[in-house]
Amino acid sequence: MRKLALSDEILMQVEKPARYIGNELNSIVKNPEDVDIRMAMCFPDVYEIGMSHLGIQILYDMFNKREDTWCERVYSPWPDLHKIMKEKNIPLFGLESQEPIKNLDFLGITIQYEMCYTNILQVLDLAQIPLLAKDRTENDPIVMGGGPCTYNPEPIADFFDFFYIGEGEITYDELLDTYKKMKAEGASRAEILRALSKVEGIYVPSLYEVSYKEDGTIAEFKPIYDDVPATVKKQVLVNMTDGVYPDKPVVPFIKATQDRVVLEIQRGCIRGCRFCQAGMIYRPNREKDVEKLKEQAVKMLKATGHEEISLSSLSSSDYSQLEELVNFLIDECAKQHVNISLPSLRIDAFSLDVMSKVQDIKKSSLTFAPEAGSQRMRNVINKGLTVDDILGGSKEAFLGGWNKVKLYFMLGLPTETEEDMRAIPELANEIAALYYETIPKEQRNGKCQITMSTSFFVPKPFTPFQWAKMEDKDEYLRRAKIVNDTMKAQLNHKSLRYNWHEADVTVLEGILARGDRKLSAALLHVYEHGGIYDAWSEFFDYDRWMNAFEECGIDMAFYNNRVRPDDEIFPWDFIDVGVTKEFMLREWKTALGETVTPNCRMRCSGCGAKQYGGGVCYEN
Amino acid sequence: MKIRIKFRKWGCMKFIGHLDMLRFFQKAMRRADVDIRYSEGFSPHQIMSFAAPLGVGITSDGEYFDIEVHSTKSSAEMLADINATMVDGVEVTGYVALPDDAKTAMSIVTAADYILSYKEGYDSPLSFDEWESKVAELFTDAETFTILKQTKKSEREIDLKPLVYDFKVIEQDGKPTFYINVSTGSVDNIKPELLLASMYEKLGLEYQEEAIAIHRIDVYATDEKTGKRVSLLEMGANIS
Repeated sequence: MRKLALSDEILMQVEKPARYIGNELNSIVKNPEDVDIRMAMCFPDVYEIGMSHLGIQILYDMFNKREDTWCERVYSPWPDLHKIMKEKNIPLFGLESQEPIKNLDFLGITIQYEMCYTNILQVLDLAQIPLLAKDRTENDPIVMGGGPCTYNPEPIADFFDFFYIGEGEITYDELLDTYKKMKAEGASRAEILRALSKVEGIYVPSLYEVSYKEDGTIAEFKPIYDDVPATVKKQVLVNMTDGVYPDKPVVPFIKATQDRVVLEIQRGCIRGCRFCQAGMIYRPNREKDVEKLKEQAVKMLKATGHEEISLSSLSSSDYSQLEELVNFLIDECAKQHVNISLPSLRIDAFSLDVMSKVQDIKKSSLTFAPEAGSQRMRNVINKGLTVDDILGGSKEAFLGGWNKVKLYFMLGLPTETEEDMRAIPELANEIAALYYETIPKEQRNGKCQITMSTSFFVPKPFTPFQWAKMEDKDEYLRRAKIVNDTMKAQLNHKSLRYNWHEADVTVLEGILARGDRKLSAALLHVYEHGGIYDAWSEFFDYDRWMNAFEECGIDMAFYNNRVRPDDEIFPWDFIDVGVTKEFMLREWKTALGETVTPNCRMRCSGCGAKQYGGGVCYEN
Repeated sequence: MKIRIKFRKWGCMKFIGHLDMLRFFQKAMRRADVDIRYSEGFSPHQIMSFAAPLGVGITSDGEYFDIEVHSTKSSAEMLADINATMVDGVEVTGYVALPDDAKTAMSIVTAADYILSYKEGYDSPLSFDEWESKVAELFTDAETFTILKQTKKSEREIDLKPLVYDFKVIEQDGKPTFYINVSTGSVDNIKPELLLASMYEKLGLEYQEEAIAIHRIDVYATDEKTGKRVSLLEMGANIS
């Protein structure tokens, strides 16, 4: 039996020791003697969150299929263990081998949201790996980053040896082969990184230099050496059907956030909502063959024993074979008493029929994401959903027995007026009124319950709104108050509920999302002053961030409170995501003209993603 | 058909709590294609109930749960199927059919026995001989063995003597080791470490929780006719 990295005494002392022992079903243990490359993939948040992430499961499976490679997993120790590890100087370890990750060849970190940046530093620090890439030696692992936040890697550039831009299924083999060969030849870390910078999709920040104008914007961003590529091209898995996919996902002992089989049915989205980064960076939209999905569903359920399967995609209703897939799953799952969860479904006759088969109507609620309350605002953001869609779907649902509706909106979208804000509770009121109109009193199952949630809009790189300005924290709260006050004045206010996100986190997300290399110093400052688990409201401390910005000379208004000029060089411009800056600028102007752009299936808008040679661009 | 399953749990699996073991076996039943029965209703669940839940940090050779199945292969085949989908540190060691009128494992448990030993790196404060004489004096030959039991609201005095069925000092790997058999179940549930810690207290010694490894040997029910304690597995019959 493996020797655990932590003593019984420590494990009995911390919350949920199962987070740290590994040994889960389908986890992979190899003999270190039999492999040439050892790596750990990290999700810098607590185990239950990290284990729910599909990307790492795919990469874990892919890496371990290589006979010469052993890939382990590592997550952020919870603050209780963090303290003990610091006090006792225990190095962070891989779950599988229980050995320090500082001894491995690679540490890969997936970066899914900005507020985990301090946890990246936590992981490096506990691993006893120098926080700054420039301080690392030949004995330290190569630290690599991937995931959506790396589409603007600049705020965390100083902490990484390289970033992999795009979908992980593509160039890792080339990368690992290069590493293995050079390592065997005795190449230095610098030589290896230089060579890796020429692998498509790889960005080695230390090989590029940035100069700034007096106003703080970028004057020039260029490679230091002539042989290092000036742009880094996003990697795309063009044929989703043939991509690697874990037939035997790891099954955690403790309940993870996703305690179910996750079946990715497609990547990308045809919709083109202008605020949505995923909708742009995962272009072109690519579907997986339905027969392959059926086969994978059966295999994964058998290999895990999970009692639920969930479809994963940005917009499941747009998957062309959805009906066939869902009917297959309903039949297959009924035999095994497996539940089906169908997120991101458009509410229509088909989805209501399916939901009535797979859910308990009395307990479940319908979810709409109109994102904005008024039609004008929805035109600005290019969200195709109309009032008729929402009311029509709600009416059918009420007749089908539902009486709970959840609505998701954003506040602070570009050009938003008070009228747009008030339209949010007015829409909710209209839905409630429809319920009382549609369902006769004697057939009602109590009052209906319409819940509105608003988040505050954060402009993201590689979206048409990347030029947009944000507001201050107080302004966001003022807008939430307008929504709240308007709600209270509605006729059906007793059937309405409203909750809104915290505004201070939003402001920080804004800075980190569109920040530049100057932010690395502030992040370091926050971590050194105790900041970890900032994505968790119980640990997040706004003042700690404000102090860091002040100490490091970071002007928040520069990042958040200005409309960026059309020709500004963005820190992320060196990345080629396929979708062109010209297209996004055109969309930004179209947005300001309150005009909708048709989706990819209706008409190609020439975004640039066609160059990848597959997916929806070639359907017709 | 009612089935009783016995399993053992060792190594790092001692850190997996009772509810997570339940979830683990629910998934294992699906993986091994056990033809388990489900409850009625909108969200059916497997008919499965555990005997005496084991605390986190304790290893065991005698853990039990009961299930109901529509059909079954032989005990040997079922054990092989289930063990093919276990993790390191869990092994199913028994699969027996129960009489149709059998009560659930949970409701019939009356006793469990344990080995308490000193972990690597920790030594006993007393020698084997010293322990033997102290246990005889303070427990075996004494009329009562009263302790103060802390509950959430108050503390009360209880006599452990009638609730401890056996308390012996044995020698294992050259160190004094304790064999303890205690009342277990819904009526009087005594943890073996309570007995040992109380012993330490009476001897004026400081009990170190982290020094002691606790291992459960088996769980027992009391036979209604003979009044004898029998292992839960013996109440069923192998399926051939």
